[in-house]
Amino acid sequence: MSKQDSSFLIRRIHSLLGVIPLGVFLVQHLVVNHFATRGEEAFNQAAGFMGNLPFVIFLEVFVIYVPILFHGIYGIYIAFTAQYKYGYPSTYRNISFLLQRVTGVLSFIFIAIHVYQTRVQVFMGADLDFDLVADIVENPLWLVFYIVGILATVYHFANGLWSFAITWGITQSDRSQRIMGYVSLLVFVIVSFIGIQAILAFI
Amino acid sequence: MAENKSIKLSVKRQENPESSPYWEDFEVPYRENMNVISALMEVQRNPVNAKGEKTTPVTWDMSCLEEVCGACSMVINGTARQSCTALIDQFEQPIKLEPMSTFPIVKDLQIDRSFMFDSLKRVQAWVPIDGTYDLGPGPRMPEKKRQTAYELSKCMTCGVCLEVCPNVNDKSKFMGAAAVSQVRLFNLHPTGSMNKNERLDALMGVGGVSECGMAQNCVKACPQGIPLTTSIAAMQRETTFHAFKSFFGSDHQVD
Repeated sequence: MSKQDSSFLIRRIHSLLGVIPLGVFLVQHLVVNHFATRGEEAFNQAAGFMGNLPFVIFLEVFVIYVPILFHGIYGIYIAFTAQYKYGYPSTYRNISFLLQRVTGVLSFIFIAIHVYQTRVQVFMGADLDFDLVADIVENPLWLVFYIVGILATVYHFANGLWSFAITWGITQSDRSQRIMGYVSLLVFVIVSFIGIQAILAFI
Repeated sequence: MAENKSIKLSVKRQENPESSPYWEDFEVPYRENMNVISALMEVQRNPVNAKGEKTTPVTWDMSCLEEVCGACSMVINGTARQSCTALIDQFEQPIKLEPMSTFPIVKDLQIDRSFMFDSLKRVQAWVPIDGTYDLGPGPRMPEKKRQTAYELSKCMTCGVCLEVCPNVNDKSKFMGAAAVSQVRLFNLHPTGSMNKNERLDALMGVGGVSECGMAQNCVKACPQGIPLTTSIAAMQRETTFHAFKSFFGSDHQVD
């Protein structure tokens, strides 16, 4: 592949990591959080199970930290080398192009703060339990921040599925791209519902 | 129609590539069925601005005057298109004329589209047939394939798809939809496909197909109605296969 450029490979890896493992992890994370709707006890049990998986630190590093840093840092480079064309042509795709980049940067900031407030606190000795999150979202400003953060991350994931399908050459025809657009909207609605219901259960 | 009806033009002008742009208004006498180019020709004939001051004639590019050469693209009332098919009667006045901002400005509305031609050279957008002896006729092309190829062959390198693309700018090296679509065209061609791997390699280079941001403005803006986003997706698929084949495979060079 000597004539091919590394940026091609980096872009393809960037696209792949967004779905596997990051997209899969996002859905899994929100589903596990959803235990909170069944009460404090159920959440503590589920979170305890996830937090005590064997080799958990390696799982975290290779499934979450490394992919997210790669995807996030290269994603910010992509976002800031674009020059958005306002107004013309004013299509859903042109707007979602902008949203994908805005939500990407937003998610990156949100996740950094979220990791500091939860994982880093657990690392420093706090208990991984219901109250860790409940204490944060007690403050309505943090609650709003979390809701916006969840919506941004889920949008970025759902719309990313649409562009993933094009990047890898799965959806080629106009029709398949349009149908994939509906699928990604459906994913956005369902996953956000799970995420919002989960965070509201902590109040 | 009133006898002394006139057309109001507002032109974004620039003396040379280095100087800063400024707006100048013009008023030219109305005739029936005028287009933006014939209005600009009036300014050229009588270079006097709306204030009645003598000025330099406005410069622009044009050639075929029937929307097949792609030379006269400019931004008219905020929309990038060819000025030859921009009929005066269809526009709200004053008609705002700007050069396409993605390209380096030569003078006034005249821009330098070399970037596009360099990209076509990089992706080898041609069928190499030169040699020392007659190769005879090439393989026949299936009719369905010809129909698809014909749509792609309408590209006139006018630059409108690059102008509306958020990823073609000074900070990025993305070549834009036109060159990517031309790779699809020449890879569809039975003789052209003999060199398809070289074209795919070029598409996987700097500024290649993977830098598309999928805003899909190009396909909406293309004056020839070329299915540019399908072309890009098709080339995304081809380059994906090509990447796997060239890393894991062995005989893909001859297939």
